[in-house]
Amino acid sequence: MELMFEKWAGAVSVLNIGATKEEGGTRAKTIQIGGEKTLPFLFAEGALPHKPVIAFEIWDVPPQDWPGEKDVLSWAEICAKDYGAELLCLRLQGSHPDFGNKSAADQAKLVVQLLKKVSLPLVILGCGDDTKDNLVLPACCEAARGERCLIGSATQDSYKTLTAAVLADGHNIIAESPIDINIAKQLNILISDMGLALERIAVNPTIGALGYGLEYAYSIMERARLAGLSGDKTLACPFICFVGQEAWRAKEAKEAGIEQGILWEAITATALIQAGADLLVMRHPKAIEKVKKYIGGLFRS
Amino acid sequence: MALSGLDIYKLLPKTNCRECGFVTCLAFAMQLAKKAVSIDKCPYLSPDAKKTLETSGQPPIKLVTIGSGEEKLAVGNETVLFRHEEKFHNPCGIGSILNDNLSENEIKKQLDIINKLKFERIGQALEVNLVAIKQNSTAENFLKAVACVMNNTRLGLVLMTAEPKALKEALKITKDRRPLIYSLSGDYTEVAQLAKEFNAPLVAIAQNLEALSSLTQDLNKQGVSEIVLDTGIKPIKDKIWDLTQIRRLALKKSNRSLGYPMLVVVDKNDPVEEAMEAASYVAKYAGIILLKNVNTAEALSLLTLRQNIYTDPQKPLQIEPKLYPIGNADKNSPLLVTTNFSLTYYTVLGEVEASKIPSYILSVDTEGMSVLTAWAAEKFTPEKINDSINKSGAKEAVAHKKIIIPGYVAVMSGDLEEASGLQVIVGPKEAAGLPAFLKNL
Repeated sequence: MELMFEKWAGAVSVLNIGATKEEGGTRAKTIQIGGEKTLPFLFAEGALPHKPVIAFEIWDVPPQDWPGEKDVLSWAEICAKDYGAELLCLRLQGSHPDFGNKSAADQAKLVVQLLKKVSLPLVILGCGDDTKDNLVLPACCEAARGERCLIGSATQDSYKTLTAAVLADGHNIIAESPIDINIAKQLNILISDMGLALERIAVNPTIGALGYGLEYAYSIMERARLAGLSGDKTLACPFICFVGQEAWRAKEAKEAGIEQGILWEAITATALIQAGADLLVMRHPKAIEKVKKYIGGLFRS
Repeated sequence: MALSGLDIYKLLPKTNCRECGFVTCLAFAMQLAKKAVSIDKCPYLSPDAKKTLETSGQPPIKLVTIGSGEEKLAVGNETVLFRHEEKFHNPCGIGSILNDNLSENEIKKQLDIINKLKFERIGQALEVNLVAIKQNSTAENFLKAVACVMNNTRLGLVLMTAEPKALKEALKITKDRRPLIYSLSGDYTEVAQLAKEFNAPLVAIAQNLEALSSLTQDLNKQGVSEIVLDTGIKPIKDKIWDLTQIRRLALKKSNRSLGYPMLVVVDKNDPVEEAMEAASYVAKYAGIILLKNVNTAEALSLLTLRQNIYTDPQKPLQIEPKLYPIGNADKNSPLLVTTNFSLTYYTVLGEVEASKIPSYILSVDTEGMSVLTAWAAEKFTPEKINDSINKSGAKEAVAHKKIIIPGYVAVMSGDLEEASGLQVIVGPKEAAGLPAFLKNL
């Protein structure tokens, strides 16, 4: 019987996070994501050269609504040493006017300390307040110059300052769109028009947790991936999904005991991996362990 | 593939004899395409044309029903590879496998848990669908277990046995329940006869698609038409390949021999890993998923994922438009207004809960549209909101005369104040801003 193979004209772009010594940085290794030449896990149809990767989310200030460590540097070390993290995602929540209003200089100093403390590649996120992030993130980009971090997030309303900083200091950018494929495409075009290559963009499609609009992001990701594989380069960027943050907001995750919470985060991640997620930012070490094992199983030949 | 009116016209005699009741053959063809008339109305149709038309009328993936009465499960009849193209039609059946070497008490205990795996989310009832009984010991034990399961659950039944004799007896016991036959023997000679005799759907099992295709054709010849496909236990990526190929071949290549719903058995002991594997198949085309474990959290997460994946992308889920007290809301609690699009409402709800400030959320009937869409479509206007304030009893619920509206519709503040007589406070544009906003209110 003749099987049915799709012939894809395009491929997802490959994004490199972290620069080693040879590449002008100080990271122990470089993480690569993307590069798919077929839909999720149809290995017989096309290459899937890079596994989806999980970043441990850590905050500069102790989170109020989920358990973290008080000191972000020791937190990072725990992730690296105890949990074998491959990638860290630092959220600079403390920059926010409501959460400490830390200055750009202080946050830049923190980034330098973190880079010294651990040798993992970094994702660095702002606090969500555009005005403040536009001060803090460029300072952090400069402080981490040459380390090829992934920095976010650029939005349709606020992308110029961050794009310029990322471009100047050799990083990658997260382009965030509100569950809207047209805005995702538009923002990628706007950013690349400023001179930052499409290969340096990760798309945050804005996901919802299991039971909280997961299916919207799921289908946006499937549509974007189909477009990317069909040759639309402006939609061929890898996806970054903030799984932990969304999953642990769900009532089912918070109110029924830790095991159900872990399951909620793991199943949210699973569904998005099946929709094409390349980088998952997650919170609970047990959920991360399970998802990592799941990814390992998918890639075992 | 469904034929168009013109495709059908080409197969008709084109004599315009009017015996079918239509003025022309073309008019008749158009009605046939809409499935509004039967092809039997044309007395002059050639046998070949008739066969072509009959098969073209069948769905590319057959609808298979298991069980009877209220708990009847219907799977199959799918039409697309990606849910955004249309929708996934019939939510996959989820069930667990019980072994016949359990004691009657243990089986009852398990069924107690299984029968309670019912949840309500966003106004929909979610529940598991099937219980499979697997023969691991003697035929006698198997039949005892089948009887026990049948008497203690209303869910659909799957009979897993290698012995045709035991199967026949089990079918006799369960014939009114229309169970799914899952033969472990690999020999379908007697099994196919039993499926036909008891009019029960049958699982066709073969490791590769070639063998599976000839097996279903064989079963078809023996008169079994309701078939479910299984390619055996394999690594997840291999299962996804099989599931995708079967779906593609049925839909895109009109391969009738693979045009059936697919069943997967998940063979993992760790409940989280089992749930993750099952979740992969919920997303990727499984019609029936059978699990080993029976666990509330696992069932809830899988049923929720199934609800998400099988939601019609064109018809957003809505919640009942009314006043919702959040936390211990009292007369002094803030009153917020939003739409009845479930995603919007649940996002607002999540943030209000996160703020830990007891509040009221008034959900206005916007026919399931989000704030900006509803505003643009005039479903979220000062008049509509005022209507909702009056009907919901919001004015009686709070002592203050203030209402918080989403930041995106700040422009309606004046009109809403005029219409409602309440003071309008403009909230944040995004729900994420609510905790900080409510704290500073």
